[in-house]
Amino acid sequence: MFPVKELKRSLFVSIWFAFLTFPIMVIKVDSIERIVTWRWNNMIFIAIGSFVLSILVKVYFVRKERRAASKKAQTVLTEPFVHRILREPRFLYPLCLACLAFALLFPHLFSTYQTNIMTTALMYVVLGLGLNIVVGVAGLLDLGYVAFYAVGAYSYALLNMHFGLGFWVVLPIGGLLAAFVGILLGFPVLRLRGDYLAIVTLGFGEIIRLVLENWNDFSQGPSGISNISRPGFFGMDLSFAASINYIYYLVVGLVIFTIFVVNRLQNSRLGRAWLALREDEIACQAMGIDKTKTKLMAFSLGAFWAGLVGVIFATKTTFVNPASFTFLESAIILSIVVLGGMGSIVGVILGALALILLPEYLRALSEYRMLAFGAILVIMMIFKPEGLISNVRRRYRFKQQPSSESE
Amino acid sequence: MNFGGIRALDSLDLDIHPGEIVALIGPNGAGKTTFFNCLTGIYTPSAGEIRLRNPETGKETRLNGMKPNKITEKGMARTFQNIRLFANMSVLENVMIGRHCRTHSLILGAIFRNPATRKEEREIVDSSYQILKKVNLHKQVNEQAKNLPYGAQRRLEIARALATEPFLLLLDEPAAGMNPQETEALVKLIRLICREGHSILLIEHDMKLVMSLSDRIFVMDYGKKIAQGSPEEVRSNPAVIKAYLGEDVDA
Repeated sequence: MFPVKELKRSLFVSIWFAFLTFPIMVIKVDSIERIVTWRWNNMIFIAIGSFVLSILVKVYFVRKERRAASKKAQTVLTEPFVHRILREPRFLYPLCLACLAFALLFPHLFSTYQTNIMTTALMYVVLGLGLNIVVGVAGLLDLGYVAFYAVGAYSYALLNMHFGLGFWVVLPIGGLLAAFVGILLGFPVLRLRGDYLAIVTLGFGEIIRLVLENWNDFSQGPSGISNISRPGFFGMDLSFAASINYIYYLVVGLVIFTIFVVNRLQNSRLGRAWLALREDEIACQAMGIDKTKTKLMAFSLGAFWAGLVGVIFATKTTFVNPASFTFLESAIILSIVVLGGMGSIVGVILGALALILLPEYLRALSEYRMLAFGAILVIMMIFKPEGLISNVRRRYRFKQQPSSESE
Repeated sequence: MNFGGIRALDSLDLDIHPGEIVALIGPNGAGKTTFFNCLTGIYTPSAGEIRLRNPETGKETRLNGMKPNKITEKGMARTFQNIRLFANMSVLENVMIGRHCRTHSLILGAIFRNPATRKEEREIVDSSYQILKKVNLHKQVNEQAKNLPYGAQRRLEIARALATEPFLLLLDEPAAGMNPQETEALVKLIRLICREGHSILLIEHDMKLVMSLSDRIFVMDYGKKIAQGSPEEVRSNPAVIKAYLGEDVDA
């Protein structure tokens, strides 16, 4: 069943791997005691481990090929399992209710620490959904998304510091400011696509961060702004634990709001135009879509969510400084979108939860956790490059007669 | 129209009357597609005039330098020589994109899904379905565009262009790569579209199709018009024969 040739190749891989890792895994030099320890058993572990892994990968590919071969006979529209569930109302509604109930009970079931982590994860869900509009749906690769996040956070921090404006007032202002900056960024990059766009947005993200870091009079430089007030709750002062729960519920509300809006946007005239723009720009224009307007709307709507989350971030940590808005943040949000599945809302939600919660819960592996995390990402991208859940197009049902019923 | 030092389109005057099928032919590299791109606003012509009169309102507009989407709004739609469908969208959605410039709902409409938006959305779906029926693709509405066979993709491009409600339809080699049956169906489809009141300008290399379909033919070579007239006139025109077959050399 499994070809001997592949076995040989795996053997070769394992020997090669053992050889490659020999200097770091086997030799250990103790410079104080001046002795060299030879840890030969490590080499054996590595050889066996890489051999088994390589065979597993090969088996997977062989099976995948066979499956593909047998599938060609019948062209079934392949749909991810999750989408089949989501389309059935009798599964969908209980599932949504269960998720909602879990989300609402979460702070009462788990510790404050867990609630805090979950709040962060949910914030990234919103960020991911926002970036998904730009990258996943409209196909504009944006590597400077964190800039809008920073705009939101700093608009709350500064307005709060200078004018004492409260959270609820600034929340929409922060979102709109970020959207406005999104349009500002959008104008110069309208003509760019793909790699060029990615580089310009990357530069833009860095510019915003560097401005915040160096313009001391405006943003107080690298030391940041502290003592940002927490959101008010009808004028009541909340205890520390209560305020964490309060922010948690706030974020849950924001997530629900975001899902609702983004879902509607995707299934609208505008959402279709974004998709078409991703597919073919020239054809898109020839079919009467205003490229400028559509792109700017994607940029500004994407930025809007980042602005909202930025405001929440500032109020949650009560402190902002430029170090929170490095390129790494953009990269994480982008990986959420890519890992979750471009253009798929459910995918992005799962992707955000996985990417933010995994490093937290992998703490048991102590210093290996980032390594394990990286490995999971690499494996994910090799075996499922389309993301956790790929986007499917909406289906329409028609009766034979002209009257239509969109499902 | 110049590309660097090359004059791709030199002198060509061409008129299309309402309800007509006009063909533009010429050897490869004659500048036919460049001409199309000038008409539809993908290139801005360096000289010359492009004018479009709406047969219903009688209003005349100058199209030079307009954005492609504006030109489509004015009532001129096109297909592409190398198919440019939205490959990962469904067949129906491709046509629905064509409805974009005739509909209006935007962000707020999408979010609140008010009655006007819902009505508009239903109208988009309905009319798109009707157009798909016309080109006989209504059984594949949910298929991804890239999964369609070649001939069907060409028909889908025509359907998408029709969805923009053009009164002038530009077809760039619609029969390229089609087998005889598909070409036959295409001829019928083009006649049907013409009967419904659309004027048609087509570029085509299939002479049988061109001769049987067109009311008038324009022939160009090296960016210049070399002949025009009815199919019979063009067929016997020595300049055309020269362009296609080369010059007679006395032995």
